[in-house]
Amino acid sequence: MSQVPKTIDPAGQMMIECAACEGIRIAWDRLEAMQPQCGFGKLGVCCTVCAMGPCRIDPFGNGPQEGVCGATAQTIVARNLARKIAAGCSAHSDHGRAVAEALLLAAENPESGYRIKDERKLRRLAEEFGIPQEGRSAEQVAKDVAEACLREFGKPHGELVMAQRAPEPRKTIWRELGIMPGAIDREVVRLLHQTHMGVDADPKNLLLSGMRCALADGWGGSMIATDLQDVLFGSPKPVRARTNLGVLRPERVNVIVHGHEPVLSDMIVEASHDPEILEKAKQAGAAGIQLAGICCTGNEILMRRGIPSAGSFLHQELAVLTGAVDAMVVDVQCWMPGLAKLAERYHTRLITTSPQAKMPGVEHIEFEESRAYEIAKQILLAGIEAFPKRDPAKINIPKQEVDVIAGFTAEYIYTLLGGRYRPSYRPLNDAIIAGRIRGVAGVVGCENPHLTQGYGHVEMMKELIRNDVLVVATGCSALAAAREGLLTPEAAYAHAGRGLAEVCEAVGIPPVLHVGSCVDNSRILIACCEILKEGGLGSDISDLPVAGAAPEWMSEKAITIGFYVVASGIYTIFGEPQPIMGSAEVRDLMCRQFEEMVGGYYDFEADPVKAAQMMIAHMNKKREALKLRPMMYEPAAEELAAASE
Amino acid sequence: MKSSGIWVDIEKCLACKTCEIECALAHCEVSEIREAVRLGLRPAHRVNVVAVGGESAVPIQCRHCEGAPCVLVCPSGALSKAGPDQPVLLDYEKCIGCKSCVIVCPFGAITVGPDGRTVVKCDLCLSRLKQGQQPACVSGCPTKALHFGEIDEYAREARKRAARQLLEAMLAEGEA
Repeated sequence: MSQVPKTIDPAGQMMIECAACEGIRIAWDRLEAMQPQCGFGKLGVCCTVCAMGPCRIDPFGNGPQEGVCGATAQTIVARNLARKIAAGCSAHSDHGRAVAEALLLAAENPESGYRIKDERKLRRLAEEFGIPQEGRSAEQVAKDVAEACLREFGKPHGELVMAQRAPEPRKTIWRELGIMPGAIDREVVRLLHQTHMGVDADPKNLLLSGMRCALADGWGGSMIATDLQDVLFGSPKPVRARTNLGVLRPERVNVIVHGHEPVLSDMIVEASHDPEILEKAKQAGAAGIQLAGICCTGNEILMRRGIPSAGSFLHQELAVLTGAVDAMVVDVQCWMPGLAKLAERYHTRLITTSPQAKMPGVEHIEFEESRAYEIAKQILLAGIEAFPKRDPAKINIPKQEVDVIAGFTAEYIYTLLGGRYRPSYRPLNDAIIAGRIRGVAGVVGCENPHLTQGYGHVEMMKELIRNDVLVVATGCSALAAAREGLLTPEAAYAHAGRGLAEVCEAVGIPPVLHVGSCVDNSRILIACCEILKEGGLGSDISDLPVAGAAPEWMSEKAITIGFYVVASGIYTIFGEPQPIMGSAEVRDLMCRQFEEMVGGYYDFEADPVKAAQMMIAHMNKKREALKLRPMMYEPAAEELAAASE
Repeated sequence: MKSSGIWVDIEKCLACKTCEIECALAHCEVSEIREAVRLGLRPAHRVNVVAVGGESAVPIQCRHCEGAPCVLVCPSGALSKAGPDQPVLLDYEKCIGCKSCVIVCPFGAITVGPDGRTVVKCDLCLSRLKQGQQPACVSGCPTKALHFGEIDEYAREARKRAARQLLEAMLAEGEA
């Protein structure tokens, strides 16, 4: 464990060493102490569902092969996995609900600070939901859209409205399998019910229901989050920004926003321009306020506002270790409780804001959306108060900060490729058909100290773009790529295959497109729909030469995303296996039978380059089935030609 | 008891550490874990599961050596071995906590006790053996990675495996 490098990021490495020098324990140390980690847990064969247990299945066949109730490994593994899918769906969907509530405030309570920024997108949504617009103001329409979205969480009848965006053949598959999602909260409850003691023992039934719950996330909770965030905070457009720990400024008040909801972080950006705040900062002796994001909320304000990102999931402790973070504000998801002990060693004010996410002993400033702007200012003031309390001896900011281009969306691709007057996906489809671009890969997901931070994401992306695969990235994956410079057009010259490089040069894009936060994985689903609508590449998502991957995944949300991507017809590779290896039946279902059922399926491959090769082979298979032209430039052929010169 | 001891099938260890918990509870005033936790007890386990490499785990316990270094080094005679094929036992009353045994054990099998006043070490669950039971770590192991039995039996099984492999190799050679 100690021989494997912890990160490929030199800034991260510097701070990890700093922690070791100071004798401070961070995630990697806690992981080391936790070794060896329990194999029953890893295999998914530990069942704690009822008090007749806890039960364990012996994977080697000598000990018990059934739990006390008679459940075998396939039931136990599938039940455990289903619970994780429900948890992931809950996280993303609750986030979506919060955005819908903020839209309601924008419609009814402008003093909250929320406004409608993308009226065109709002009106498109209104049309989709069948909301009358004739002669009505944006606020009036927004109220109805918000209420309609909130109803998607609990309506007693009917399919999810946004799921109708999927192509007809896809919807037919979902309906025939009984996995077309209805109300979001209902799908979570339905799935959790199935995992209770004495309910569903059939792994296929459990996982089909899991797919439905995951679809309620991808085409439901997450999509609502993405779309309403665009309405409230603006649809992203390509933006140049910077990332890594070097974005922190010694002469400014550094406030890090960490977590997931721009309902909070965007308001903090807004409040950071307030003259009162700037004056207070000046009085405290600072040159101004420096905002920086961590994790997905960082991605949201990066995409829309160009606010720098200090880093991804494993950077959260490293940022505090710089000694220069005056306040770290967290809301929900992916923040480590370990931050509490760490912040105590520094002057950093760690502040929780969500009524759902607290930690004993940690300062809590409850973020009431109806007073959003006011509370955002209060939070910034906390950072300003902490600024003079810095210990100059402890300040140690790495110099790394890298250029990033972010802000790509499914809608913007129209404009990007076709220009303002003839927005169109045609150039993308043509490039794929002609063989300049092999296909599109979504490389997404978290990071995990089990692996070298960033290695999986970066090596996979490099192998993919080398083979003319256009990569779209979200979440911590996008940030890892960003740190390595892959999110700049220059990366195409350095790393992309000839076909992809030509397209990047013609359009002016990086070979890896940052399409947002983890809820913005829904943008990838929409992009697939748009590609199909444009034509020439089949009629269902499962026809497309596309693949998904989460090489360094960690969270339950990642499992849910995997399930909705697979259920949408897309081949998906995870790095570490999901906790299913204790059941050969579940493994067979996920890695083989799913293909026949939904057109998408899973593979697990720890080596990122091998995984990339598997994705490429899959795309080639799809290209052949579509009878597309052979690739214009094959790297192997090019190398041979170059070698013989 | 002809040269019996605890031996481990390392491939079957899944690092669940049930052996550690069972061992601790077998050397505790109460034998039920929730009761022990409720009473604030801190029983010590004599077996330790150790991580090796990225993926494997090995439970390490006292080998009850014949020429035990710990017995030789103990200044107060707290450690003793009644005879060949007998366990090395610790008399807690006589232990002065000098920890020389901890230092000298080649397996790191002896540890300092939770109260810091004496060391603790595996006693082969003698009281359980006398009642016809197996040592707590062995009976607790969910994958049967831990075994208690005659060491010669272990060697016999190993010889059988080796013999089978040799035969298979020879037969394959013959066919080549």
